[in-house]
Amino acid sequence: MTTAATDEGFVVFDHVQKSYDGETLVVKDLNLSIGKGEFLTMLGPSGSGKTTCLMMLAGFETATHGEIRLGGTNINHLPPHKRGIGMVFQNYALFPHMTVAENLSFPLEVRGMGKSDREAKVKRALDMVQMGKFANRRPAQMSGGQQQRIALARALVFDPELVLMDEPLGALDKQLREHMQFEIKALHERLGITVVYVTHDQGEALTMSDRVAVFNDGRIQQLAPPDELYERPKNSFVAQFIGENNKLPGTVESLEEETCTVRLQTGELINATPVNIRHVGQETLVSIRPERIEFKPEMMPPGAHMIDAEVLEVIYMGDIFRTRMRVAGIDDFVMKSRNTLGQTKLRPGERLKIGWHPQDARALDPM
Amino acid sequence: MTDATSQMITTADGKPLKAALAASLAVRRRRAFLLVAPLFLFILISFIVPIGQMLFQSFYNDTFSKNAPALVEWFSTHPEGSEIDESAYAALAADLALMKKNRSAGEAGTRINYDVSGTRSLFTSTARGADKFQPPFKEAILKVEKKWDDPNVWRAMRSASSPFTLDFYLAANDLTRDETGKIVPVAEGQAIYKKLMGRTLMLSLEITALCLLLGFPIAFLLSSLPMRKAMLLMILVLLPFWTSLLVRTTAWMVLLQSQGVVNDLLVWLGLIRDDHRIQMMYNETGTIVAMTHILLPFTILPLYSVMKTIPPSYVRAARSLGATSWTAFRRVYLPQTLPGIGAGGLLVFILAMGYYITPALVGGADGQMISNMIAMHMQKTLNWSLAAALAAELLAIVLIFFWIYDKLVGIDKMKLG
Ligand SMILES: Nc1ncnc2c1ncn2[C@@H]1O[C@H](COP(=O)(O)OP(=O)(O)OP(=O)(O)O)[C@@H](O)[C@H]1O
Ligand SMILES: [Mg+2]
Repeated sequence: MTTAATDEGFVVFDHVQKSYDGETLVVKDLNLSIGKGEFLTMLGPSGSGKTTCLMMLAGFETATHGEIRLGGTNINHLPPHKRGIGMVFQNYALFPHMTVAENLSFPLEVRGMGKSDREAKVKRALDMVQMGKFANRRPAQMSGGQQQRIALARALVFDPELVLMDEPLGALDKQLREHMQFEIKALHERLGITVVYVTHDQGEALTMSDRVAVFNDGRIQQLAPPDELYERPKNSFVAQFIGENNKLPGTVESLEEETCTVRLQTGELINATPVNIRHVGQETLVSIRPERIEFKPEMMPPGAHMIDAEVLEVIYMGDIFRTRMRVAGIDDFVMKSRNTLGQTKLRPGERLKIGWHPQDARALDPM
Repeated sequence: MTDATSQMITTADGKPLKAALAASLAVRRRRAFLLVAPLFLFILISFIVPIGQMLFQSFYNDTFSKNAPALVEWFSTHPEGSEIDESAYAALAADLALMKKNRSAGEAGTRINYDVSGTRSLFTSTARGADKFQPPFKEAILKVEKKWDDPNVWRAMRSASSPFTLDFYLAANDLTRDETGKIVPVAEGQAIYKKLMGRTLMLSLEITALCLLLGFPIAFLLSSLPMRKAMLLMILVLLPFWTSLLVRTTAWMVLLQSQGVVNDLLVWLGLIRDDHRIQMMYNETGTIVAMTHILLPFTILPLYSVMKTIPPSYVRAARSLGATSWTAFRRVYLPQTLPGIGAGGLLVFILAMGYYITPALVGGADGQMISNMIAMHMQKTLNWSLAAALAAELLAIVLIFFWIYDKLVGIDKMKLG
């Protein structure tokens, strides 16, 4: 999906900076290239500048510095209505004084489309989100999920090539949200549109996207496909933000290309994969996913590193057991094990040896 | 299935559900009534009753009929067109004597004077010697005052002999009855009320339009500013509310009169010549300018409160869907401010229709409104019935506009604050 290195992406942020007050930069040197037909998600904590980026792309905010290009042309000074970008807002922004059909027909009307064409397109768009029966309702007479579908249909009805969505599912309950995620993804694949999607929800980001841009503090911390993001986080922020992670602080003892040794605070020496370690003697955080930790000797991966642990708490979560233990002086070290038929039941106070493959231990910058 | 639904639904202890619901609601209703009772009483005593009484006066006036029982009796036995004979004069003499005794000749005369001017003195002067009249009364009375011969006086007395009358509504519409009792327009020079009512309507509509035109951008600015700045500006908007109405009106007089600040400035700038000063005061312009200023906050506040609730994402959505900023404003923003426009416009219109003090001070002859005429009849001519009839018409016009508004926009959509 991603564009080849030679030609430029469909949407390009080129050294974009943004400041609202002239004192602080909300977006700091953003470089991002989005390929045609790609589903890119901007993920990050509140206030990290996601909406600001989207607003600059839609034309409601101007970049303080840098260039935004759409299909190869600079759109910095193009007014929003000439950009032809579909947009779905978090509060849906359906016009309350118009019916559903009028809402959908609005973008076609302002483009000067004839009445019969409009009706056909509106009908097609409504059928696309399975809302054909609601054409004459007003937005206030519909549930949140239904309004969401209409908002989606309205953003798509004029066949934009690029659709922006700012936390479109934020107001829906979990079940409906998962269903809509599925539908949006299906629409994206069917229509071949480019989608830039903003969310808080990492689950959403991982399941829907071709690539995820993790934002923090006005910068992209990592831009990668979901699996890479999860399995190979590039820094401690990403490691911590995506999924659960155990962090063991320590100091780098030795450093090679593929591996390094880290001396933990309690004195143990462990092997890890260096990610952004620069030199020996540096402080580091070794991060290990809870589901990559094993405690049964027969299941231990070859070359695993073993370490002492004391069970503090076992939480039954249905499909998994979540075991909290003390490891290397850290009290919130978590291990997740599947709830299988023959699974060994651990008890608080039990002492055992746990282990993981050195590839799963990633030595990152201390935050 | 149909059986089950037609069966009476009961509560757990077997009472019919409807009765149980009514009982539980009754308590709540009684409490609600007790809460509003004091205000209701207050309004009833201090507002509804006096207004009702006032409006009652517009078609009920017994100042003549209660003071002239014999004439009332005579008119009731002698139909319209009967000859004014000795028996009529006998009744007149008896009533004049009664009026002298009760000192009510002036009161009764005033009522006839509304229809035939100059008759109040006729009553008072004739009543002075009323106890000495001897038959034949016609001769005796005519000897004192020749004017009792006038058929207009008798017609006026006949119509006043019933306390219930629509004459005041006729008068309020520049109509009167001719010799045969037919309803005809009054003489050209005396027709003032309809024109005045029309002007009041026009002025009110103009003022409403001006207030909306001026208020809309301010309200928009207020709603889009950050809270701190918005509050500062709001204080400026509300400043007129905090100063006395008289002071404000006088300030406008200082500004607008021909030797006033604005004219002086224009002369000083050389835009107009000293002997061509613009007349901005004591005419319609004065009324419009001063009243627009005074009523402006009444449009701004409802507009502001409506605009405040419109999230910017609507206009953004419209823009992203391809609308120019003008189209987005016209098709998306403006329709959503309609409740505010309606509320503000209606409020200003109603207030303007009944405004009194400002037109009285700055309006001059051209800038007078119907309320000034009502005040005149209340205070100077003491024709309260006519004042009441005019006021009732004013009320009717306002109610008609209210009704039109309800039909067009819907009263439930109005948002006052
Ligand atoms: N119109 C504005 N004026 C001034 N500052 C703003 C404005 N909009 C956003 N900011 C600031 O810019 C920063 C980034 O805001 P932005 O809305 O882009 O965050 P976000 O990543 O979308 O957050 P969230 O997940 O909460 O929506 C925040 O610190 C915010 O306070
Ligand atoms: Mg946001």
